[in-house]
Amino acid sequence: MTADLIPDAPSNAVAVEIDKVYKSFGRLPVLRGVSMTVREGEVACLIGPSGSGKSTLLRCVNHLEKVDAGRISVHDRLVGYHHKNDRLYEMHDRDVAKQRRTIGMVFQRFNLFPHMTALENIIEAPVQVLGKSKAVAVAEAREHLEKVGLSDKAGSYPTQLSGGQQQRVAIARALAMQPALMLFDEPTSALDPELVGDVLAVMRQLAESGMTMIVVTHEMGFARDVGDTVAFMDGGIIVEHGDARQVIAEPQHARTQAFLAKVR
Amino acid sequence: MTEDNPTAGADDALAAAAVQPNAIRAVRVRRPGRWISAIILLLFVAMFAHMLVSNKNFGWDLVRQWLFWHTIIQAIWVTLELTVYAMLIGIVGGVLLAVMRLSSNPVSATAAWLYTWFFRGTPVLVQLLFWNNIAALVGQQVGFGVPFGPQFFHLDTNSTITAFTAAVLALGLNEAAYMSEIVRAGILSVDEGQSEAAASLGMRRGKIMSRIVLPQAMRVIIPPTGNEVISMLKTSSLASVIGVVELTDASESAIHLYFKAIPFYVVASLWYLFFTTVLSIGQYYIERYYARGSTRNLPPTPFQKLLRANLLFRTRRRRAEEIREALR
Repeated sequence: MTADLIPDAPSNAVAVEIDKVYKSFGRLPVLRGVSMTVREGEVACLIGPSGSGKSTLLRCVNHLEKVDAGRISVHDRLVGYHHKNDRLYEMHDRDVAKQRRTIGMVFQRFNLFPHMTALENIIEAPVQVLGKSKAVAVAEAREHLEKVGLSDKAGSYPTQLSGGQQQRVAIARALAMQPALMLFDEPTSALDPELVGDVLAVMRQLAESGMTMIVVTHEMGFARDVGDTVAFMDGGIIVEHGDARQVIAEPQHARTQAFLAKVR
Repeated sequence: MTEDNPTAGADDALAAAAVQPNAIRAVRVRRPGRWISAIILLLFVAMFAHMLVSNKNFGWDLVRQWLFWHTIIQAIWVTLELTVYAMLIGIVGGVLLAVMRLSSNPVSATAAWLYTWFFRGTPVLVQLLFWNNIAALVGQQVGFGVPFGPQFFHLDTNSTITAFTAAVLALGLNEAAYMSEIVRAGILSVDEGQSEAAASLGMRRGKIMSRIVLPQAMRVIIPPTGNEVISMLKTSSLASVIGVVELTDASESAIHLYFKAIPFYVVASLWYLFFTTVLSIGQYYIERYYARGSTRNLPPTPFQKLLRANLLFRTRRRRAEEIREALR
């Protein structure tokens, strides 16, 4: 959270290594050689105009999208591929699924399971994927609900919750898998302005607890105050990358300056 | 037209909000078309009712006599059994085929496509006759080239493949092809974000399908499935062609016995109408059940609608009286 984390950062182990990643949708190039390192405990914010490739980059990190070229590693393990004898082998579905267990993701549109209550949403993966007993999963889920300030909403269905409450349940659902890395894909973009604060508060609390986070966001205040580093993306490349306060307060690149002038 | 004094201050505004303003008085739009069409419709209903009563050929006393005849009642059971078994095969097979069709495995996707292509592409009556004749051939030719069929006939002997079994298989396997399209549409109606969220939690394809996608697809799958059940109840009458003694066949036999055609057709029609009505009501409530979670307010049941309409009528009448009162 604090800026002085950055000088320490190099000493921390590498959590995510993104190395010259390219990705096209059909003929449309979305990522054109993106490289980036995220260290343990770091909160890395991705900012930039829509269509700049931020969300796609994030989705590549847990293999929801396959990269065309380049490598992504999470905790020193290649995402989606095995590397053996100088050759890449596509991972089997089951191994991809295993890899995703440790990478939590929060979506712009929440994507809660509408046929389940908040509590059922949270215990679903721990019970079905990790094989935890229901009693243990429920007890843990209640702790997570309390952390996001929604202990009283355990029995509510998603349609009975506000957008901000749904997103906090979604965060609790991701945390229930005890991930080592959390990805946030514009978590507050679909929310009414008055509900944004609650979600950001939960994310700030999570950042302070030392969680490694990659956050695609349009909330410049959050990026500046909670983010350790900020990467500004435009046209499928990282234009500027550095200390969060520095990039937002004194952007060096003309395109970053133009973007920040508009969103302020 | 009493309180029109402008108010300052929040308390006054609240007080004003609590008092209902005078109801709007307006001449209602005239809709002569509705009256004319209602009169014409009533005329037709009256003519039809008159025909039902006056035409002696209906033989209502015979209908009453034979409606609960034990042969008819037994045949109804056969019709219901045919419907239930065929729909069970249809629904289970349909889900299986839909999942296969949407799978990333090209072999199972092609197999499911071929199945649907074949069973939707030939008349169910032909399939029925086909199955009936396969039963006769079983002794000599095991493993006849119909998908999913062979295993059945390895196990069963010639004698156990009755006309009833043939009918259940024919109707059920044909239904599976239609159900697979219904289930497929349901699966595709579920937002992709649901699968992505489940995948990001480390769930695998089978789990995502059974725990996340299919339960949500039910809302889209149930209404047309209810339709299919109702349709199957009537389509099961085709089994009479291969000698299954179900409702239509029993009526037909009775006609040959008593030389009275119309009363028995009326008996059969009344029973079909009765069961389709029961099924329609059932379908309505099942739909309502699966709408939970997707809508905050469930639509009212017909009974609630009646109550509400009555209430609305009374409110309107009261308003009208109030207006008259005020004008006096």
